[in-house]
Amino acid sequence: MRRDVFQAIADPTRRAIITLIALQSMTPNALAEHFDTTRQAVSKHLRILTECEIVKQEHQGREIYYKLEIEKMKEIDKWLNQFRKIWEIQFNQLDTVLSTIKKNKK
Amino acid sequence: MNTNLLFDFTVDKITKTVFIDREFAAELSLVWDAFTKPEILDQWVAPKPWRSKTKYMNFKVGGRRFYAMVSPEGLERWSIQEYTSITPKTNFKMYNTFADKDENPELPGSEWEYNFSEQNGITKVSIIIKNESLDRLEKMIEMGFVEGFKMSINNLDNLLTTLSNN
Repeated sequence: MRRDVFQAIADPTRRAIITLIALQSMTPNALAEHFDTTRQAVSKHLRILTECEIVKQEHQGREIYYKLEIEKMKEIDKWLNQFRKIWEIQFNQLDTVLSTIKKNKK
Repeated sequence: MNTNLLFDFTVDKITKTVFIDREFAAELSLVWDAFTKPEILDQWVAPKPWRSKTKYMNFKVGGRRFYAMVSPEGLERWSIQEYTSITPKTNFKMYNTFADKDENPELPGSEWEYNFSEQNGITKVSIIIKNESLDRLEKMIEMGFVEGFKMSINNLDNLLTTLSNN
């Protein structure tokens, strides 16, 4: 199943991870210190976030840092604007239908 | 004509919930019909030049509307709406999924809730959509609606001009 951006933000731990790495890139170990869960659990969330292309890995020496993909977050807004547009048009069409029905009733 | 009517569209990305509020210049019973009767629904739910075609609609709890959005080239995109709760002229809820032409749903879908209220002859419709995914939104846009928008805005402008000249 293809991952989407909404899946990335659907989980509280993943939202916390996004908030943390939005400030600065972090290693999985540094991230794990902020949570009560196991290191494995944090790794699993990082894997999902990577699959959603919300975060990207960066190798610095022997360490792996996770960094936020800001552009991907912006994509959500782009799609939502188009979705809003669909509704706007449907409702304008409904306005016309309603006024036609009202006229025919008179 | 409709510039004074409310239209709010907000999204809670975290909970994947879309909130839509819109007012209509008509009494509640008419607006309720426009959302719950297939012959009226088919007149407005598809952004032109697409059109909506309801194969069948059984508006009761557990009942369904099985319908397609049809492109000008005749391409059909089917969907199923299954009604999970109905309080006449007040509220209804449904589960919405894309489907193939043989009515096999493409899960998961999203949960839709509609609320209706009237004040001074203006009816407000509030829609809450839960668990809408980016995939589903993408699919709607892929349907070619983007091009359709421009055309339907032009259509509407022409129509409004005709109406105001009369």
